[in-house]
Amino acid sequence: MNNMMTKSTKTGITKALVFVALLLGALFAGFPVLWMLSSSLKSNTEIFAYPPRLISESFSLDAYRAVLTNPEQLRFFFNSYLISTMVTIFTLIVGILGGYSFSRYKFKFKSHLNVIIIGVQAVPPITLMIPYFGLIVALKLYNTYWALILTYMVFTLPYAIIMMTGYFNTLPRDLDEAVLIDGGTSFVALWRVLVPISLPGIVSVGVYTFMLAWNEFLFALTLTRTNDMRTVPVGIQLLMGQHSYEWNQMMAMSVLGSLPVLILFLIFQRYFIAGMSAGSVKG
Amino acid sequence: MANISLSTETKTRNWHKTGKQLVPFAYLSPTIILLTVLSLIPIAIVFYYSLMDNVIITREPPAFVGISNYVEIITDSVFRQALGHTLYLTIISVIAHLILGLSFAMLLNTEMISPGMRALFRVVYILPWVFTASIIAVLWRLMLNPNGIINYMLISVGLVSEQIEWLSSRQLALPAVTLINIWAGYPFYMVSLLAGLQGIPKDLYDAGTIDGASRTQLFRYITLPQLKPIIISLAMLDFIWTTHQFTLIWMTTGGGPIRATEVLSTFTYKLAFSSYQFSLASANAFIILALSIGVALFYVRNQRATDE
Repeated sequence: MNNMMTKSTKTGITKALVFVALLLGALFAGFPVLWMLSSSLKSNTEIFAYPPRLISESFSLDAYRAVLTNPEQLRFFFNSYLISTMVTIFTLIVGILGGYSFSRYKFKFKSHLNVIIIGVQAVPPITLMIPYFGLIVALKLYNTYWALILTYMVFTLPYAIIMMTGYFNTLPRDLDEAVLIDGGTSFVALWRVLVPISLPGIVSVGVYTFMLAWNEFLFALTLTRTNDMRTVPVGIQLLMGQHSYEWNQMMAMSVLGSLPVLILFLIFQRYFIAGMSAGSVKG
Repeated sequence: MANISLSTETKTRNWHKTGKQLVPFAYLSPTIILLTVLSLIPIAIVFYYSLMDNVIITREPPAFVGISNYVEIITDSVFRQALGHTLYLTIISVIAHLILGLSFAMLLNTEMISPGMRALFRVVYILPWVFTASIIAVLWRLMLNPNGIINYMLISVGLVSEQIEWLSSRQLALPAVTLINIWAGYPFYMVSLLAGLQGIPKDLYDAGTIDGASRTQLFRYITLPQLKPIIISLAMLDFIWTTHQFTLIWMTTGGGPIRATEVLSTFTYKLAFSSYQFSLASANAFIILALSIGVALFYVRNQRATDE
């Protein structure tokens, strides 16, 4: 009896400790995000008010209004949406074709190609930046959308191919062989049969690609020059220089700049997590 | 769309042998073209630049100088400092990511709280991963400002007595940037390790418990060995990515104050786009590439080993 009592208090204590640890962890992870939101709702004079407050008396949406009525800053968002969407579309098309080939065919140099595709992911962006600068200028693409759409594919494509190959590998070969027996081509088998049932995999690759493109900074900084071509991550840096630290506006822009990925994440959480862990967990 | 017509033709040619062998290459042709143009050729170019003088923006014609750019870089004290800072940032981040990621994954995997609560905490714990590096940089600059919330909290609990200049102090800037990188990067570990934990068969733990193993023993002899392949993959990927980190440092300290946070990528960027020494920058860029490829080869070998 006594023994059982100690056992249940022991589990009680462990439970309480686990809960405290969970709360501390949540504070570490979540507080900076909460502070971003809180600061975006303050007036700039209240940012460093003493003592600091989570909800200040000057609560207002002015910072958001300022960002959303500034055509230059809206342009950053437009550029980011346009570039990320285009990168996602092109990456998916090329990635599906490549993944299909890797999943369904045996061919010469297959393992070499596979190693190259994995290896490309390890190439530092900073190494590519110098030749890209020369190439993009030579191709007369400097300061255009194409400069970014094209170069972003170097890091979205390998991931997409690896993911799509893995996904297609989980689908039985009988599916496409049935199409081939009926006289259809492998291309029909891919787009009419495999692609429709691979939608979850495609969505997961798509959101991940969108996120990678949305977050890119180095190429966007180097390969564009004028403010009307800048993306959100670079735009935030510009804001830091121009406006002598309008912290509330920078935080409002940060919140707005994070919303697309946050919304995608909340809707497609399951796919995101599958995509994140796919690289390191063997399926 | 040449690959479409090609594959259609080859199929109708009734499985002609050579034609059939071309089909996978037809599907891969956009990939092969893109990756050749976007990675193989640029790597060749950067290697070429690294052996030349007067490239890209110059008045004089390029001249072959052999390995002298490499010699100049390797003997440059700033390069050595940058390499040291890169290793500091990377090694501490990898270790901290692993500890935090594993702790949080185990907390989220516990059956002591309800599934609903677990889902809620999981979303909160993944949050840092949703934010892009430049936004994380601006946010932490606000929080680490001498008048900011972090100093306020530290002073309130009595840990420090005066406002600390986190990002403009030569001693504290690098640890501060490392802390930001730790915050930004652990969710990737957590998510992968959580998936790994959920994949460990329950009977292993049951058998262990029957044999009278303690919690620590279960962790030491079941959890860790089962997670080992994932941990090695994660650590190597993270090692490669962190050595490439540019945005976070560029946006928080720009490599300063007085090079206190200069890492290989910011050093290369400055060589190229502030002082226009593209040859030296190329040599530096190629050294970073060689280091990354070295780790990557190790990674591929490890992946192969776990596949078999």
